[in-house]
Amino acid sequence: MATMNMIQALNSAMDAMLTKNADVLIFGEDVGYFGGVFRATDGLQKKHGRQRCFDSPIGEAGIVATAIGMAAYGLKPVIEIQFADYIYPAYDQIVSAAARLRYRSAGDFTCPLTLRSPYGGGIFGGQTHSQSPEALFTHVCGIKTVIPSNPYDAKGLLISAIEDADPVMFFEPKRIYNGPFDGHHDKPVQPWSKHPLSDVPDGYYTVPLGKAGIAREGNDLTVLAYGTMVHVALAAAQETGIDAEIVDLRTLIPVDIETITQSIEKTGRCVIVHEATRTSGFGAELTALVQENCFYHLEAPIERVTGWDTPYPHAFEWQYFPGPDRVADAMRRAMEA
Amino acid sequence: MKNRAPLSLHIPEPKHRPGDRPDFSDIKVPKAGEMRRPDINVAAKDTLDLAYSLIRVLGEDNEVHGPWAPMLDLELMKRGLRNMMTTRIYDDRMYRAQRQGKTSFYMKCTGEEAIAVAQAAALDAEDMCFPTYRQQGLLIARGYPMVDMMCQVYSNERDPLKGRQLPIMYSSKKHGFFSIAGNLAMHFAQAVGWAMASAYKNDDRIVSTWIGDGSTAEGDFHTALVFAAVYRAPVILNIVNNQWAISSYQGIAGGEESTFAARGVGHGIPSLRVDGNDFLAVYAVTKWAADRARANLGPTVIEHFTYRAEGHSTSDDPSRYRPADEAKAWPLGDPIDRLKKHLIALGKWSDAEHTALEKEIDEQIRAAQKEAESHGTLGSGKLPSVKTMFEDVYKEMPWHIRRQRQEMGV
Ligand SMILES: Cc1ncc(C[n+]2csc(CCOP(=O)(O)OP(=O)(O)O)c2C)c(N)n1
Ligand SMILES: [Mg+2]
Repeated sequence: MATMNMIQALNSAMDAMLTKNADVLIFGEDVGYFGGVFRATDGLQKKHGRQRCFDSPIGEAGIVATAIGMAAYGLKPVIEIQFADYIYPAYDQIVSAAARLRYRSAGDFTCPLTLRSPYGGGIFGGQTHSQSPEALFTHVCGIKTVIPSNPYDAKGLLISAIEDADPVMFFEPKRIYNGPFDGHHDKPVQPWSKHPLSDVPDGYYTVPLGKAGIAREGNDLTVLAYGTMVHVALAAAQETGIDAEIVDLRTLIPVDIETITQSIEKTGRCVIVHEATRTSGFGAELTALVQENCFYHLEAPIERVTGWDTPYPHAFEWQYFPGPDRVADAMRRAMEA
Repeated sequence: MKNRAPLSLHIPEPKHRPGDRPDFSDIKVPKAGEMRRPDINVAAKDTLDLAYSLIRVLGEDNEVHGPWAPMLDLELMKRGLRNMMTTRIYDDRMYRAQRQGKTSFYMKCTGEEAIAVAQAAALDAEDMCFPTYRQQGLLIARGYPMVDMMCQVYSNERDPLKGRQLPIMYSSKKHGFFSIAGNLAMHFAQAVGWAMASAYKNDDRIVSTWIGDGSTAEGDFHTALVFAAVYRAPVILNIVNNQWAISSYQGIAGGEESTFAARGVGHGIPSLRVDGNDFLAVYAVTKWAADRARANLGPTVIEHFTYRAEGHSTSDDPSRYRPADEAKAWPLGDPIDRLKKHLIALGKWSDAEHTALEKEIDEQIRAAQKEAESHGTLGSGKLPSVKTMFEDVYKEMPWHIRRQRQEMGV
């Protein structure tokens, strides 16, 4: 056991997999000698060699395309797209090739690649370093989408993603790389070391894909959240005194419908929180699923708290970011309905 | 007032349109044997002349000429001839099947058979191919069962791809033939990744990939060249310049001011331009490129200069945008005819033998077609179970897809 922040946990996951499986290799912009702009691959080249962890040209389509070719060969490429905002040049390769290779070849060729990418706001990154594009991928059949909310899960989920037989989009909430963030930007930053989920085993372990976690048990209302928003929801529960059950989805596709259903059948109320823009966001899918699966248990309309349908504005970071006050308001509305 | 001529926009236009007399006299065809053959460890910049000229082996006299002459044994050439003829007759049969309503779509490679068939002969059987939809000759040369090819075209109950893909988008890992996507150019960069993987694993398999002249305008083409050069990937990057991309001529893809082969030189990749209708020249340059890849010298770009002798696909009528008799005016002849004449010139082949072989292949293909059609044609109702529609999206079917299958009642 060691105390790790999320970057260290991700690094440890890649280290464990490079050690365990010679078919795992890592590449992306600045990930080799330098260790990545967020340091996630720090030291991996030195430890495992240049051919296992190396720099790529600045060409996101090429990074994904070559990873697809490698995966079709039988390797397990783990690639980094430096910011989720820069994933679009590779979108065609992800959607038209990686996601469909198994299907279109009737299982003849497969594509077990893992694409890691930091996403989300709260770091004054402006509209080109703050986006949450997960719904552009959850809409695509044939890929899985995973988002961790703490160091322990980050490591276990990343190992599961690397070992998965299908392509996995692994989005990392960069605001919580170094510490949990509850949305109170004016309060001192907390390090992960004070959080129990920074206790991370050193070697290999997995957290299964497709299984949600319960970040807080409760009886009054269910919050569905992932990534940074899990911590915002926890703060809102504490500040409102509402006994909320906070479901940390962890995997968006395939989503853990059982855990969602069980929780809402118990509480009868549902608030959905994400940082991404609202319209056609993953919250829309969650709303539909709750409606289809739990309608007769609902005692209040489903609430959504999300980023606004605008680009992420640099100077209005905290007006844009769906913080604990907005989540608290939604929770109260759901309780009063 | 500025005393300048106004700007004007240049829109490339082919020399001949329907009604014009086709004339390719502006294409400089060097004599067979004229081009030098550098050592395989040549620097990219020292291939510039080869990227702007045309490597040819078979001359007008039907004899081989010059340093690129590959000196092939007779059996290999005869097999090449048979494979090219099989590809052409197969194409004709499938084209007709589409016209008879037995499938939705078909694409021929008429006039371009040498490119796939000679490459298959020059590569090892284990080498990996990332082709486009116009290299069906690879599957034929590598012995993929023709009945399975047809079943794919018919999307019938025996279709190896379970009715999921448009006709001709074959896939066979066993035959080193990567799944055809339909999204142009994407596979070109994926091929580089496969080659990098092979090098990473200290394997000895190399990769060959193909792209059309029109598709070289896609970003993935250029990305492929960058990654291949950077990592010295063991890959042969073939550009099939058949002059046309549906209705747009190669000038619209940037072929007017330069050659497609020359694109490689700027990337630091040795690049050759070859007479794509010359079986022996295609074989020779492929062997040279394969030797480079196997010696860890990295990628090679090859532009195959050829002509798409028929329509783009069954959905296309080329007489609406080019002279109907343009194919006949093509100065580099027909690949099957040229190899046949060479074998005759060698005294090892005759018109009578050729006609007999044609008949034999035709009968084989008819028999295969009969068998394939016994498993159904598109719309005949003989299909894989509709259940299979929900399979292979993921390795394990997730709950939401299972529920959708149940919703469909299967
Ligand atoms: C990304 C993409 N854009 C457009 C098309 C439609 N399309 C199919 S074939 C084709 C022409 C391709 O020409 P070329 O690359 O020269 O290959 P050829 O057909 O001559 O072999 C076009 C535009 C497509 N399939 N994929
Ligand atoms: Mg073309």
